Amino acid sequence: MTADRALTALTIAEARDGLKARKFSALELAEAHIARMAEMRGLNAFITETPDAARKAAAAADARLAKGEGRELEGVPLGIKDLFCTDGVMTTAASKILDGFTPPYESTVSQKLWDAGAVMLGKTNLDEFAMGSSNTTSHFGPVHNPWQRKGDNRPLVPGGSSGGSAAAVAAGLCPGATATDTGGSIRQPAAFCGVAGLKPTYGRCSRWGIVAFASSLDQAGPIARTVRDTAIMLTHMSGFDAKDSTSVDRPVPDFEAACAKPVKGLRVGIPAEYRMDGMNPRIEQLWQQGIDWLKDAGMQPVEISLPHTKYALPVYYILAPAEASSNLARYDGVRYGLRAEGKDLREMYEETRGQGFGAEVRRRILIGTYVLSAGYYDAYYLKAQKVRSLIARDFAQAFEKCDVILTPTAPGAAFAIGEKQDDPIAMYLNDVFTVPASLAGLPGISVPAGLDGDGLPLGLQLIGRAFDEETVIASAQAIEDRAAFKLTTLGDA
Amino acid sequence: MSLDKATVARIASLARLKVPNAELEGLATELNKIMGWISELDQVNTDGVEPMSQAADLKLRWRDDVVTDGGVRDKVLANAPDSREGFFTVPKVVE
Repeated sequence: MTADRALTALTIAEARDGLKARKFSALELAEAHIARMAEMRGLNAFITETPDAARKAAAAADARLAKGEGRELEGVPLGIKDLFCTDGVMTTAASKILDGFTPPYESTVSQKLWDAGAVMLGKTNLDEFAMGSSNTTSHFGPVHNPWQRKGDNRPLVPGGSSGGSAAAVAAGLCPGATATDTGGSIRQPAAFCGVAGLKPTYGRCSRWGIVAFASSLDQAGPIARTVRDTAIMLTHMSGFDAKDSTSVDRPVPDFEAACAKPVKGLRVGIPAEYRMDGMNPRIEQLWQQGIDWLKDAGMQPVEISLPHTKYALPVYYILAPAEASSNLARYDGVRYGLRAEGKDLREMYEETRGQGFGAEVRRRILIGTYVLSAGYYDAYYLKAQKVRSLIARDFAQAFEKCDVILTPTAPGAAFAIGEKQDDPIAMYLNDVFTVPASLAGLPGISVPAGLDGDGLPLGLQLIGRAFDEETVIASAQAIEDRAAFKLTTLGDA
Repeated sequence: MSLDKATVARIASLARLKVPNAELEGLATELNKIMGWISELDQVNTDGVEPMSQAADLKLRWRDDVVTDGGVRDKVLANAPDSREGFFTVPKVVE
């Protein structure tokens, strides 16, 4: 059966409104997406598909809609990154060490989406434990980007770590998906796949029930096809949760309303330090185009300086592995997941972890253990925490002069699977523009803005003040309105 | 600073991570490169700068010291690779 393109091309806002108006049923909408998922299985965007549960939830949504009791997202089908624990549905973090793990509880963020009436289609692929920028470290194999270079059919990476979510949304497998961002894992894959990805302020979404990578950085957010859709999803993912001690207790605005917020007169900061030597000229050009679009919307560009930008990646590659080495200590073969046999307890731990973790995760555990080990803690870990303060201070000072910051999302477009595999540092550089805002805990969005010379999508990033997602969303909407970006990967109608 | 094979073996052991001998050399080279790149931070003057340990300016909340959860032993044990009589099992640790 061919998927009904009229249904799989709908945005979340369109699906929601169409369901309310009873133009189609939630079951029809779910069936169209289930068929599209089957058609596009070659992308490897999902680790687990849950079609039967989706049909059941859709039927229940239809019953509510028929009674006029539909909730905000009643019947809207979504993908869930396989880092969110889902009650009764296998959750792997794309790692062999968790293969077969079935949580007996639901993450707060996914529960909020179900409470708003959304329907789960399945669990999307990712880099193992969200560690990566290309979705090539998954135990379940790489995800393919639905985009290809002109005249070149080599499969490209979708970016990472939320590569499955971004690819699924770009190819019409779901209109939106949850994602998580530690150093760019929402924004960079969104840019690579030509979709929008919004990382909210740290503390906005509960981390409870999300498999932990680096707890002081991890933050959930949405990937969808339009700025409005990310805003709709974020409204239903956010909110205080007593079960996460870093969840922030403040009211959740109607983020969708922010799409219509006036931006005239707002100041947009352009950080001098993001103009890197040897930057792809097409990206530089698109950045300038973005400035012109925002000027056209009535915003004023101002030059700003973020002097510690170049230290953000080294800081990140101390702090994130350090926190990861601590968080991943729980995978010991005793309580869940893989257990490898050993002659004693210690050997059982070492064999389990040696066999269960992939190469990149092992590398980061080793770096993290090293920088936290006796004699090195002050030189590396404490030093990195201090430089992190300076990076956050840079942003605080910049936001005295501007209301939002515009940068490219990534230094390049999607690359081929297998490229940049030999050099971890070259891979880490993908996140050069996204990591600083993560370290400062600030909200950021990637909005698709244009194509490179090979016909691949490129994104622009907007960064806002803490808890000012609304200005980020409003400015992103101004870019989206002017970029008229065309997503060509939804399949021919 | 230089990370040699022995150091990699030591941190792998601290991390309870089995790394085959054959991989130690390659890992040492790779980690050295990464640590060399990271040491750029030495250039930054951080005198008098407070370390930042969290992204949001949060104070930890107080809560009542009461039981809020429990009675889910079977659920907790359901994912264990091996459990017996309501307990997790591990290889023998006491002779």
